[in-house]
Amino acid sequence: MHELSVAHAIVSTVVTALPESPEPRGRITSVRVAVGALSGVVPQALEFAYDVAAEGTPLADAALRIEGMPVVIDCPACGHQELSGTTDFHCPSCGELCGNVVGGKELQVLDVTFDDIPARAS
Amino acid sequence: MSTQDLRTNILAKNDTLAEALRGRYRESGVQVSNWVSSPGTGKTELLTELLRESRRQGTIGAALVGDCATDNDARRLAESGAPVRQIETESMCHLEADMIASHLDGWDLSELDFLVIENVGNLVCPSAYDLGEGTRVALLSVTEGEDKPVKYPQLFHSADTVVITKIDLAEAVEWDRASALSAIGSVNPNATVIETSARSGQGVRELLTNLLAESAVSKTPEYQEAP
Repeated sequence: MHELSVAHAIVSTVVTALPESPEPRGRITSVRVAVGALSGVVPQALEFAYDVAAEGTPLADAALRIEGMPVVIDCPACGHQELSGTTDFHCPSCGELCGNVVGGKELQVLDVTFDDIPARAS
Repeated sequence: MSTQDLRTNILAKNDTLAEALRGRYRESGVQVSNWVSSPGTGKTELLTELLRESRRQGTIGAALVGDCATDNDARRLAESGAPVRQIETESMCHLEADMIASHLDGWDLSELDFLVIENVGNLVCPSAYDLGEGTRVALLSVTEGEDKPVKYPQLFHSADTVVITKIDLAEAVEWDRASALSAIGSVNPNATVIETSARSGQGVRELLTNLLAESAVSKTPEYQEAP
């Protein structure tokens, strides 16, 4: 259950990146993350942990959008091939076993979306 | 609505620290392996035998051992005479690079030939965290079942070496070797597989050779006693 650590890391990644934004863009409405099938992170557990990690932060009202990324191998004969799961590394095209993985380990914050309604000065 | 592109690795902080550790290991000429498995695979027993064997061969090994609580494993490992430190994670399910960095304080890595990091017993979480290691070792005991690698593909896929432990019990538990090798191969075709028994010593030398394989730096053969 390291998803809570990962969720905290998502929040701190976004919060650290925020001061660089050029102008007030209002509230963050969503954060989009890429989670590879081989990343070792369970999307459902991450969603649950995110709600806890986001509480009391600028992401408190932001929805987490998880983009699941499939395993992609680089088959010597067929090039990049997407696998349907994580337990069988045979090339779906030619059937050869291939350990050259080029996708599926992603664990990345892709982007954040703002509502562009500047906060009222109090 | 507007969108700001971030494209930042979520575990970037850990990755940066791990890269710094990797540089430090390389400079010191120490071979570092990260051992991951479920609890009860026999990591500690095998590691004790490995450290004893290295002592016989005149190579210098040390171990960092992670557990949620207690220093039982460190005390067991210290029986081998090698320098050992315990990392108590206080319920955390895996080791992170900053924990390794803080537990290396005071150790002169250039005096070591190899360092083994025994991760917290867990087949899921440790796979996401780089500790700067040169070799990731996944362990599987014959009592756990041949299909463990396909049940936990992320972890077995991330390993460079897969070690089968308790091979002396193979017959008693009707271990199907061919089916286990096929399960390992289907999630990790590039892995080196080593069959071991801490009890009989089978495979321990082979494992030591595997862990030292990248070693190009010769060290003083004098052994450091555990404090």
